[in-house]
Amino acid sequence: MVDYNPKVLDFFKKSKNLGPLKNPDAVGEVGNLMCGDVMKAYLKVKKRGQKEYISDLKFETYGCLAALASSLALMKLVKGKTLENALKITAQDIIKTLGGLPAFKIHCSVLAHEALAEAIYSYYQKQKREIPEELEKRHQLILKTQEILKNKFKEFS
Amino acid sequence: MKVYLDYAATTPVDPLVFSKMKPYFSQHFGNSASTHYWGKKAREALEKSRLTISRLLKVQPEEIIFTSSATESNNFILKGIAEAYKDKGRHLIISQIEHPCILETGRFLEKNGFRVSWLAVDNYGLVNLEALKKLLSPETILVSIMHVNNEIGVIEPLTQIGEIIKDYNPSILFHTDASQSFGKIPLNLSQSRIDLLTASSHKIYGPKGAALAYLKKGIKIEPLLLGGGQEFGLRSSTSNVPAIVGFAEASQLAYKRMSVDFLKAKKLRQKILKSALVLKGVWLNGHPVKSSPYILNLSFDFIEGEALMNLLNEKGIAVSTGSACSSEKLESSHVLSALKINPSRAHSSLRISLGRYSSEAEINYFLKELSLAVQKLRKISPFKIN
Repeated sequence: MVDYNPKVLDFFKKSKNLGPLKNPDAVGEVGNLMCGDVMKAYLKVKKRGQKEYISDLKFETYGCLAALASSLALMKLVKGKTLENALKITAQDIIKTLGGLPAFKIHCSVLAHEALAEAIYSYYQKQKREIPEELEKRHQLILKTQEILKNKFKEFS
Repeated sequence: MKVYLDYAATTPVDPLVFSKMKPYFSQHFGNSASTHYWGKKAREALEKSRLTISRLLKVQPEEIIFTSSATESNNFILKGIAEAYKDKGRHLIISQIEHPCILETGRFLEKNGFRVSWLAVDNYGLVNLEALKKLLSPETILVSIMHVNNEIGVIEPLTQIGEIIKDYNPSILFHTDASQSFGKIPLNLSQSRIDLLTASSHKIYGPKGAALAYLKKGIKIEPLLLGGGQEFGLRSSTSNVPAIVGFAEASQLAYKRMSVDFLKAKKLRQKILKSALVLKGVWLNGHPVKSSPYILNLSFDFIEGEALMNLLNEKGIAVSTGSACSSEKLESSHVLSALKINPSRAHSSLRISLGRYSSEAEINYFLKELSLAVQKLRKISPFKIN
């Protein structure tokens, strides 16, 4: 059994807060069933003056304890942030909020981080907004990873 | 409520066993190799234990070598036989679903001038007998196939395997790791033509730190441990007398209770299986009939095993999983991979292992919590079950 720190377990205990969001403004999905984790980020955005804030973010997550806890930690981190600032959150920030993750579970925090980026990307696309260069790069990288995973498990699909 | 359903990992020491061990810690503490009174007391207990176990297995006492663990027995047998028979041949056949202590020893031998054929299994985990026939060669010195698999509980057809091996060449040695079956499931060494066997104490309500290697008379073997020449010169080390006394007592008790415990476990396993299969998207990993009643391995669609195991742990229930997410190497269980099941099914696997103290009330509680945990995880999963 993996030894998680108490903070991770505290987040895991709140797993019931995960789940879909009704009428989201955008959705981002990453991961692969055969790999053992899939995350779907539901995003709701509120405009206040010129700025756009995340009014709600929820994850639907299939995965291990670290994946569930990472989803919950990111949900907590983004609340009330502008989209711009939400994009500045790193996987490292998620890990810090969790009080650390075992080395072989770092990818779970990365996955949550990617799901949010994908949701924001999809939001910008829907709004026919220009995509920031950095976000476009991340999106392309995520697509590439998804493709590699899909090919890896071709025989099972 | 606290419910232990991980008996395949280890078992508690039976109070009866513990009481027999006690005098050998502080009262009869002697070194069994010493010739004085204290040594004699320890030696008598050691040899009585050997006799007890040899009678249960219907073999000669001098064919039983006590070791510290099943891992040690398996290392000793594989390495010791390979070394002793390398002039006869350098080929071994090992099944793909063996315990890591066999697999890793096999890999070690591969790096040291031996050839290992990794025998495949079917979707239920039964070794492929036709493949075995094809793999046997004039170079083959040893075939190692476990009796009961520790993850999925499948019972390998040892008698048929023994027949195939000996029909091809009676001098090829047949080893079985009986760690999950000794004292739990009937085993007939002569009928199955077994030459070498591994059994362990802590799987049958004996203490940790004692195990055995059965070596049929006349078989040559190179020792792993050199020194004072204990255990007929085959396993040097001061004998762990209290643990061995406990092992013998536990073995005797296990044989006495074998059919009672077996039938109770079978009933409880059936109950779990019946109730679990009512939940949607549940799969049995292993064989529906040719299985130990003590082990049940299930997969739950769209649920990751580590998360499920932890939810159950919060409710005081101990089980284990073959999910990659619970291993530091992030590899799914090699056993489930060998069954060639979908990797997502391996991620969602749960091993429930029953034992002597498992009760109907415990299983009812477990089934209730299992159903709640499965519902909870499915509710937050992006995949929906129809």
